[in-house]
Amino acid sequence: MDNFEPRIVAFCCNWCSYAGADLAGTSRIQYSPNIRVIRVMCSGRVNPLFVLKALSIGADGVLILGCHPGDCHYLEGNYKTLRRIPLLKKMLKQLGIEEERVRLEWISASEGAKFAEVANNFTQTIKNLGPSSLGPFK
Amino acid sequence: MEEKDLSHPRIGVFICHCGINIGAYVNVPDLVEYAKQLPNVVHAERNLFTCSEEGISAIKRGTKEYNLNRVLVASCTPRTHEPLFRAACEEVGLNKYLFEFVNIRDQCSWVHMREPQKATEKAKDLIRMGVAKARLLQPLEEIEMEVDPSALVIGGGIVGMEAALNLANQGFNIHLVEKEPELGGTLRSINKLFPINQEAVKLIKPLVEQIKSHPKIKTHLSSRVSQVTGFIGNFNINLDGKGKAEQFTVGTIIVAVGAEPLKPTGQYGYGKMNNVLTQLELEERMKKGKSLGQNVIMINCVGARVPERTYCSRICCMTAIKNAFLIKESNPKAKVWILHRDLMTYGVDFETYYRKAMELGVRFIRYSLERPPEIIGDEKVENIKVYHELWRKEIELPCDMLVLTTPLIPAEDNQNISKMLKVSLDEFGFLLEAHLKLRPVEFAMDGIYICGSARWPTDVTEGVSQAYAAAAKAAGPLRMGYVKAEAINAVVNEDECSGCGICELLCSFQAIELQPRDNKRVSHINEAVCKGCGTCGAACPSGAISMHHFTDEQIIAQVEALFS
Repeated sequence: MDNFEPRIVAFCCNWCSYAGADLAGTSRIQYSPNIRVIRVMCSGRVNPLFVLKALSIGADGVLILGCHPGDCHYLEGNYKTLRRIPLLKKMLKQLGIEEERVRLEWISASEGAKFAEVANNFTQTIKNLGPSSLGPFK
Repeated sequence: MEEKDLSHPRIGVFICHCGINIGAYVNVPDLVEYAKQLPNVVHAERNLFTCSEEGISAIKRGTKEYNLNRVLVASCTPRTHEPLFRAACEEVGLNKYLFEFVNIRDQCSWVHMREPQKATEKAKDLIRMGVAKARLLQPLEEIEMEVDPSALVIGGGIVGMEAALNLANQGFNIHLVEKEPELGGTLRSINKLFPINQEAVKLIKPLVEQIKSHPKIKTHLSSRVSQVTGFIGNFNINLDGKGKAEQFTVGTIIVAVGAEPLKPTGQYGYGKMNNVLTQLELEERMKKGKSLGQNVIMINCVGARVPERTYCSRICCMTAIKNAFLIKESNPKAKVWILHRDLMTYGVDFETYYRKAMELGVRFIRYSLERPPEIIGDEKVENIKVYHELWRKEIELPCDMLVLTTPLIPAEDNQNISKMLKVSLDEFGFLLEAHLKLRPVEFAMDGIYICGSARWPTDVTEGVSQAYAAAAKAAGPLRMGYVKAEAINAVVNEDECSGCGICELLCSFQAIELQPRDNKRVSHINEAVCKGCGTCGAACPSGAISMHHFTDEQIIAQVEALFS
């Protein structure tokens, strides 16, 4: 358990959170190397099935990162996400999966430091939870 | 050009060292060897700078030599360099949507500098995921949309006026919106401008006249933009004027709302003692020719470079030096001290100006944040006590007038503008451009541009240069007459569609409509209106809606590749 390195997918929207992740880079903010970003145009694009898919084949945690409420490039895509993810979490709980393995956060293009903080904090949360019981490789 | 056979993916992988930016932290040769053995990769190579002429030639050469039908570059970030690499693909006959970007710098080498091994492992994962997506990429065609040949300029200060005039003189119709009842902005309160001591009014008066008489410019005073909908080419603008609302359409938008000087209420007796002013209030007094007293003390960095506001507003040192200069010039017997922390007098002319101020007898005393000056007096400030850093002792100076040099702070409207135009703010609340170096006067949102102190405190010279730059950028689409919309939009598989209508309700752009087809109703997407967010696709219970360039299959392939 001590050397458990969580495997984490982060779905980032193109306009805010992906840009925030880039800013963490240009600011040279160091964070834990467990996150793998998949770029989508909007957090509203994230079909809950993508999250379930990731969890079912080995992800220890999934982040969904979008623009702050009111800032969505597509007006209201993030509001749809805001409604979907809690439902998904409820379902996870019923399936016996810790709901903390999925987290939704808002990160703007100027929040490089927040991106790094979320990455570190989420990695630590997943480390504390241990490997996902779902993963076929565990 | 001959049609490429796309059925059997032949992927080329180009991995960038970015000098030492990637190469020093990630083992690039190792990545190349790794990429070579991934399925469908027929060629992999590394470049010192893939974005250089040499790198671009390598992409073109590789595409021809290995008959590539998908190209992947692993380097900085698609936000800055995707257009360049896409263009290279197009030059050798490859549709630009057959290009895939993998970010191994901004999101890998730069954030794991102390863990080269883990960074390399992460880069391998990211490349594997990218290849998995590249395998499924399909060519797409972009649709052209007409552009309304007019622009909106928000802000009627010198920067907004210059931008408006520049565009109007190129023949475009301009709407210039100013919230105050008069044009001129902050310069209306300013006395003279450094470094040539020109009267500000002499600069703005002719501009205001030109604007008022220009047949192509419509000025809306005492007005605010209340709502903006639409996208580049066709923005619908709603104005809130004096009791009347107005509506019009423009092709592009320039934001020049400026900034506001901080009011340092409660600091050094400001607001309580009657001889304490800000630099701007001093200028208004000087313009009216009011007396200032014999002993004038200025304190710089009041409310700037302090824990609650860490930035340097850059133009205020010169403002203080200018006002001190002018006081000494008109009254050589007056004593003027500038208490400062550091001095920002960048540029040849400014440094010379600073030296001249010293020659005129302006005295500069350095203080530190830990030991700020203290005021002495009851009704008014009588004396200032300051610890002289060079003399290493406390001194007391007589004071008839205390002038506080405060920074420019973000305009109050910035929050509104940010939400209305979907443009970002930086950590201090100034409006944030798309990229500091590569896209300095543009927002990430297409068709909207920024200039002047709305972005960061600028002096007149810099602000006007930026106005010209923003006008040049804003004129591009207006001159072309059309823009190409990204071909990233939703598509419906009508056979799968059950006609439930969930997508229609979800779409924020009214791009989806149910239409009759062979005895049933199916979802129909208007490509010209669809913006490609994918919110509908994520909700379709039948899985009938897919997103071009971000299909379910492509995203799931990335996920699967990561855990394979």
